[in-house]
Amino acid sequence: MLEHYLSLLVKSIFIENLALAFFLGMCTFLAVSKRVETATGLGIAVIVVQTITVPLNNLIYNYVLKEGALSWLGLADTDLSFLVLISYIGVIAAMVQILEMTLDKYFPALYNALGIFLPLITVNCAILGGSLFMVERDYNFAESVTYGLGTGVGWAIAIMALAAIREKMKYSHVPDGLKGLGITFITVGLIALAFMCFSGIQL
Amino acid sequence: MGRAREALCDPIFKNNPIAVGVLGICSALAVTTKLETTVTMCLAVLFVITFSNLSVSLIRNHIPSSIRMIVQMTIIASLVILVDQFLKAYAYEISKQLSVFVGLIITNCIIMGRAEAFAMKNGVALSVLDGIGNAIGYSLVLLAVGIVRELFGSGRLLGYELLPLTTNGGWYPANGLLLLSPSAFFLIGLFIWALRTWKPEQVERDH
Repeated sequence: MLEHYLSLLVKSIFIENLALAFFLGMCTFLAVSKRVETATGLGIAVIVVQTITVPLNNLIYNYVLKEGALSWLGLADTDLSFLVLISYIGVIAAMVQILEMTLDKYFPALYNALGIFLPLITVNCAILGGSLFMVERDYNFAESVTYGLGTGVGWAIAIMALAAIREKMKYSHVPDGLKGLGITFITVGLIALAFMCFSGIQL
Repeated sequence: MGRAREALCDPIFKNNPIAVGVLGICSALAVTTKLETTVTMCLAVLFVITFSNLSVSLIRNHIPSSIRMIVQMTIIASLVILVDQFLKAYAYEISKQLSVFVGLIITNCIIMGRAEAFAMKNGVALSVLDGIGNAIGYSLVLLAVGIVRELFGSGRLLGYELLPLTTNGGWYPANGLLLLSPSAFFLIGLFIWALRTWKPEQVERDH
């Protein structure tokens, strides 16, 4: 039993890395990876939000939106699954807002470190993508907690790796047209290539 | 007339949302393994961005600025739901292949960005043109990447075999790497390189 969750965790961190295999959260991934410090802050914020929103969305899907999910209200054949997109984006925006206020009130130090990254996360497609994959693969609640944590950690590892490489890249001579964005894309391609060596692993 | 042309044509090369603005990259990379899915994605984005710009621009004087993000998000999400349901009803196979990426149009930053930066400040007609222009700029990059990936990765375009594969007795050995994720990064990197060599004013300065 434990083995199942462990393999799901490893799979979501390395083999099906959201950033490098599914290209999710690319905009922030490329924009906020100039320095390791900020990349780490954003990475941690993504882990926290992802670990909370994926299980929360799982509960909402299973008890409100899924076909027949409203049977506890006596509405056995209501199918609200077309509302998935709009309710998830609402949950994510609300969650980020609540988290921001809680951190501000009770953990000011953490808020100062993560504060500026939280609003960015609402439009990070890794968060919405994680929830949508969870629906598509029909995870149960415990699996969704594992999956949320795993994808968050995977995304954080990817952005920290890229930031570390970009910091070193300042010292290299890059052709004019490739400077900045161009070379970053090619670097991400190489990291993705490296991560592909995990892809054959059977757990 | 000059402004209308600017709104329509600028985003295509001069301010390309992908190459210059670094927006909407996620879907650009993920759906380009086949031309068919790429075209569907481009049409979906064209629809959503045009109508979101149209609706945001129509009500721009009535949105209180403190809740404008939520209003924009709701408009975009509703349009994406329309597209999603339409694809599920009339093009189920493609909708399966695109899987979560139709839903992810909501978080495609091009759409949000144009609603916020252009439609909130400009009239309806200009906003629609700006939406169409940005969608064309986005589609151009996507189609270029999609054509290269499908043609050289599996020797086909839109399912028709153009380069006979060695496995079927032809002469072209398929390059499987192009169907995997890293190749999309390389191709967009090279595309940006080409664009910036052509238009040197887009080159980023050293910090």
